Amino acid sequence: MDAASLSGGFADTAREAARAFRASLDAMARPGTLHTVTGALPPAPLSPAAGALILTLADTTTGVHLAPSHDVAALRDWITFHTGAPLVGPEAAVFAVGTWASLQPLDRFPIGRADYPDRSATLIVEMPALAASGVRLTGPGIKETAQLSLPETEAFLQNAQRFPLGLDFFFTAGDQLAALPRTTKVEPN
Amino acid sequence: MSDYNFAYLDEETKRMIRRAILKGVAIPGYQVPFASREMPMPYGWGTGGVQVTAACLTPEDVLKVIDQGADDTTNAVSIRKFFQLTAGVEVTEATAGASLIQTRHRIPEAALTEGQIVVFQVPIPEPLRFLEPRETETRKMHELEEYGLMHVKLYEDIARHGQIATAYAYPVKVEGRYVMDPSPIPKFDNPKLDGSPALMLFGAGREQRIYALPPYTKVVSLDFEDHPFEPSKADHDCDLCGASDTYLDEVIVDDQGGRMFVCSDTDHCRCRREAGHVGRLGVAA
Repeated sequence: MDAASLSGGFADTAREAARAFRASLDAMARPGTLHTVTGALPPAPLSPAAGALILTLADTTTGVHLAPSHDVAALRDWITFHTGAPLVGPEAAVFAVGTWASLQPLDRFPIGRADYPDRSATLIVEMPALAASGVRLTGPGIKETAQLSLPETEAFLQNAQRFPLGLDFFFTAGDQLAALPRTTKVEPN
Repeated sequence: MSDYNFAYLDEETKRMIRRAILKGVAIPGYQVPFASREMPMPYGWGTGGVQVTAACLTPEDVLKVIDQGADDTTNAVSIRKFFQLTAGVEVTEATAGASLIQTRHRIPEAALTEGQIVVFQVPIPEPLRFLEPRETETRKMHELEEYGLMHVKLYEDIARHGQIATAYAYPVKVEGRYVMDPSPIPKFDNPKLDGSPALMLFGAGREQRIYALPPYTKVVSLDFEDHPFEPSKADHDCDLCGASDTYLDEVIVDDQGGRMFVCSDTDHCRCRREAGHVGRLGVAA
């Protein structure tokens, strides 16, 4: 393990994790809104926003899957040191991190069970950039419509059709994040 | 204030609760199981709500706590003090000034706004529990969307009483999918759940469940075409502020049968009196 893996965590865990969680809760409750999270400085290629999500939500009880784009030794060590989360395959993932292309195919991730739809994976999709424009969003958390720069629409259409089963998504770029729960209906603008 | 971790709970517990809250938000109305902790207050005093609040609080939050609408009753005062001590957050009684409102059995009268979070204390989260005691069965009923039993119960109300007699914890259907217990709020408050700009989180400590209503979620109170849902309140005006559109508490004032009706929402009533409204027994401010 490289000594660099030991740094880059929250300096003030309780407060910084609280702020990062509030940002992620706001994002999930109001799909299409962008939020800034700071405090985490993970090794490349993980973005600070995705790093903050991992530090805030992952621990020894949650399997984290690193997609090929993010499966590098420095990041493995960083997640292991800071969270203790086991690194797992997609079938056992509670959280999965990677670029949109490298997370494919999505049908490998658990979408929950009919009696426990909450036992589904949350995907953290690393994006080159995020903007509140692009695909049209409707559903819970959205007053009329919202927009978000999603990597595609078809996958999210299919995901929403399986409700109450399905995957939930965070999108991260730099220190920004947005979210898309399974309830959101997407349509090309 | 350095003797407690921020907001009392340890970080591992908060992560577990936070994961449950996020899944609850993603599946509106579905009860997410969580490993409820023992809190330094008894079950029935809002341990579920307190844990949800502890997991959501940031140092910048302004917290309001109400018990049946009142800021000054035992439950509200003790929970507010608990978070002043363990999180050092600012507190308020003003609904509009609060970023996070923990409530026992009421939704404030003042309109909620975007960005606010309301945390409800829930005793029995399962709306079907008194109809079917087995968790294995109620879970199956939610899975299969088998809610006929709930309509039978409402129908029996009508057969017996001529109307739907359920006055609080009135069941709702969320986004056309899950039937949900809105916690023991009076049915007067049910319409405020529908399309609310605020995020609503529900925590049941003893029963170990968390569920949520994201903002602008469709929430429909169950009813029949010929017996539509009617939010009800005491047929009076507030005796202190004269409001005719608020939920009222009945207060016995002597042993001669004297009584008065007052707003259950103490902050709303005070604001109205300060604005010059005077009720039957009120005195001008």
